[in-house]
Amino acid sequence: MAPVPFTLHVPDADIADLRARLARTRFPDQAPDAPWAYGTDLGYLRELVPYWRDKFDWRVWEARLNAFPQFKVALHDIDLHYLHVPGKGPDPKPLLLMHGWPGSVFEFLDTIPRLTDPASFGGDAADAFTVIAPSLPGYGLSFAPHQRRFSVAEMGDVFAELMTNVLGHGKFFAQGGDWGAFIASTMGARHADKVAAIHVNMLALRPDAPAPATPTAEEQAYLDVCARWLKEETGYQWIQGTRPQTLAYGMTDSPAGLAAWIAEKFHVWSDNNGNLETAVSRDHLLANIALYWFSGAIGSSFWPYYARMHGPWPIPEGTTIDVPAGYAEFPRENRRPPRSLAKAMYTDIRQWSVIPKGGHFAAMEQPESLARDVAAFFRPLRAAI
Amino acid sequence: MTPVPFTLHVPDADIADLRERLARTRFPDQAPGVPWAYGTDLGYMREVVPYWRDKFDWRVWEAKLNAFPQFKVKLHDIDLHYLHVPGKGPDPKPLLLLHGWPGSVFEFVDIIPRLTDPASFGGDAADAFTVIAPSLPGYGGSFTPGQKRFGIADIADCVADLMTEVLGYRKFAAQGGDWGAFTCSNLGVRHAEKLVGIHLNMLSVHPGLNLGDNPTPEERRYAEEIATWAKEQTGYIQIQGTRPQTLAYGLTDSPAGLAAWILEKFHVWTDHAGDFETAVARDHMLANVSFYWFTGAIGSSFHPYYDRLHGPWPIPDGRTVDVPTGYAAFPKEIRRPPRSVAEKAYTDIRQWTEMPRGGHFAAAEQPELLAKDVASFFRPLRQGF
Repeated sequence: MAPVPFTLHVPDADIADLRARLARTRFPDQAPDAPWAYGTDLGYLRELVPYWRDKFDWRVWEARLNAFPQFKVALHDIDLHYLHVPGKGPDPKPLLLMHGWPGSVFEFLDTIPRLTDPASFGGDAADAFTVIAPSLPGYGLSFAPHQRRFSVAEMGDVFAELMTNVLGHGKFFAQGGDWGAFIASTMGARHADKVAAIHVNMLALRPDAPAPATPTAEEQAYLDVCARWLKEETGYQWIQGTRPQTLAYGMTDSPAGLAAWIAEKFHVWSDNNGNLETAVSRDHLLANIALYWFSGAIGSSFWPYYARMHGPWPIPEGTTIDVPAGYAEFPRENRRPPRSLAKAMYTDIRQWSVIPKGGHFAAMEQPESLARDVAAFFRPLRAAI
Repeated sequence: MTPVPFTLHVPDADIADLRERLARTRFPDQAPGVPWAYGTDLGYMREVVPYWRDKFDWRVWEAKLNAFPQFKVKLHDIDLHYLHVPGKGPDPKPLLLLHGWPGSVFEFVDIIPRLTDPASFGGDAADAFTVIAPSLPGYGGSFTPGQKRFGIADIADCVADLMTEVLGYRKFAAQGGDWGAFTCSNLGVRHAEKLVGIHLNMLSVHPGLNLGDNPTPEERRYAEEIATWAKEQTGYIQIQGTRPQTLAYGLTDSPAGLAAWILEKFHVWTDHAGDFETAVARDHMLANVSFYWFTGAIGSSFHPYYDRLHGPWPIPDGRTVDVPTGYAAFPKEIRRPPRSVAEKAYTDIRQWTEMPRGGHFAAAEQPELLAKDVASFFRPLRQGF
């Protein structure tokens, strides 16, 4: 269990193969109707694919990732990849930072410096964290073909061990969005002795939970969002959660197919004006997609959906998260439960911030807002570590 | 509206391109566990992809299709493709034969001769039909990039016009499975005056049908079947019905991805003891997959799912199918409503046959059983044309 330093280097041949595949893309047609009406817009993809082939420079983004210290460690039968970025300040506290699907550690490029070195961004060095940001088991660089699959609860167990046994932090903080928020929440329930507090930018409430007997207006609005979510937005969960292997073939063989699958989520879930690149830059989006491509991990990344559909909800019914919790509510998050419903699951919400701008990919879209909210939430809790 | 004779000829260059793409297939890994547990099995795909590239002879299957007279006709803004095979007998009756998803007219290569020329198969020439088998609008030969999309009611209107306006039949018989059965049922609701009767090998009974307070044991069996199906088998419906365009990219660019997507359904829905190629021959399945590939119609073929999720059920609420109806219940059909449930939607069931073997792709799996059942159902109705 000794961590080994890691530097990412995709072979030139893999980059050349990707470009050749992109050049050969066979596009579908599109129904004569509004762009994006039935999924990723053909016009957008016809622009993105040649750009990815000719203009996007993977080596630039690889270097940006390699600017952070990275390691791999053998843990729970896999080689777990993580960034381990020391904080700059009088007393940096360990913060486990977790991405989700279809994200990766590339989401955190702009957030990490703000967390590790707040003084360089107009903040207080006393707020510094040492950031540990793993590739989720089965994702990106924590994937090797044919390795075992991990549910969200199992990922929480891996990370608890990474933070304590491997890195020697008896107690630590955790932050996440998407699956990262689910993992932070399960750790808050299952590893409360180690996780001093959690900050999430998504709440792990079931969208299909029974409605309260007499919902308030705010609750009803949320229930309406959930109903629409379940009807229109969960197709990817259904297929990823029932037949992940069937979907994996096309997504592993066609980079355009993979890009369409992932880019749709950035279009629908980010805070944009119709052009998703106003929320997340094209190159940043492509760096994230390219990591899924080069690692070949897309099929494996579907696994938490399968596990969730075939097991209990990650926070099982009746379980509460009793560690201090902070929530940053971004306006374009895909579901925003009101506090009245959230507090039944999270019993000790200490901070609830309504952020003016941003969506599901908060760390990419609004690194400054997110980093400040994280620092503010953990500030009064630092004595616990 | 003048039909033009049609012969299918895929350019050599398209066949060469397919083979090159297959040779370059980048396969995903697979989760440790039982083959087929999470979708199309990797071992199977690693076998069938090289076979498709090296051994499968598209020209043989193209010739089999071209052995039937084929036409295209401009109808409802598209070029509709159909086989039109004259019956051999004293009084052949017109039979509209409709395929579904992920099928095509290739499903019918073995059943058409049995329907048009029963005497050559040990049957009675008096039972002969003239078969009209269209590629569903948006599918296979009835697809051109950028054309309008069709829901089931639109497809019904289109094929009704084909039978009456184009081909001049005052009344006709109709048969189908999958979307073909839904189209027959919709014809039964909305074009009853043109139909002598419909024969189905799948019932278009809404899976949400209320079974009341005192279900029979057979109805309880069906309710359990529906619950399992809804949880485990509807991922493709959810994604094809909400984001068909997003899925289309990977399946249009990767023939292996397309094959995995389609062959899974043959594995799950056919009647076999583990080796699904005993239900439908490998070459027959690959001919069907190849037709989707060469036509580029997979994205368009998803549209009936989108339409059904965003519009009324093909037998709309409160409506019934009142034309004479025959049903062939194959044991491995996806959902098998008991007759008591079926009769709430179909008020005039004249024949209900429990088949000894066969599954969802009845015409391809059991052409003899299906053809005999169709002939016997329509025999007493022949005076009605």
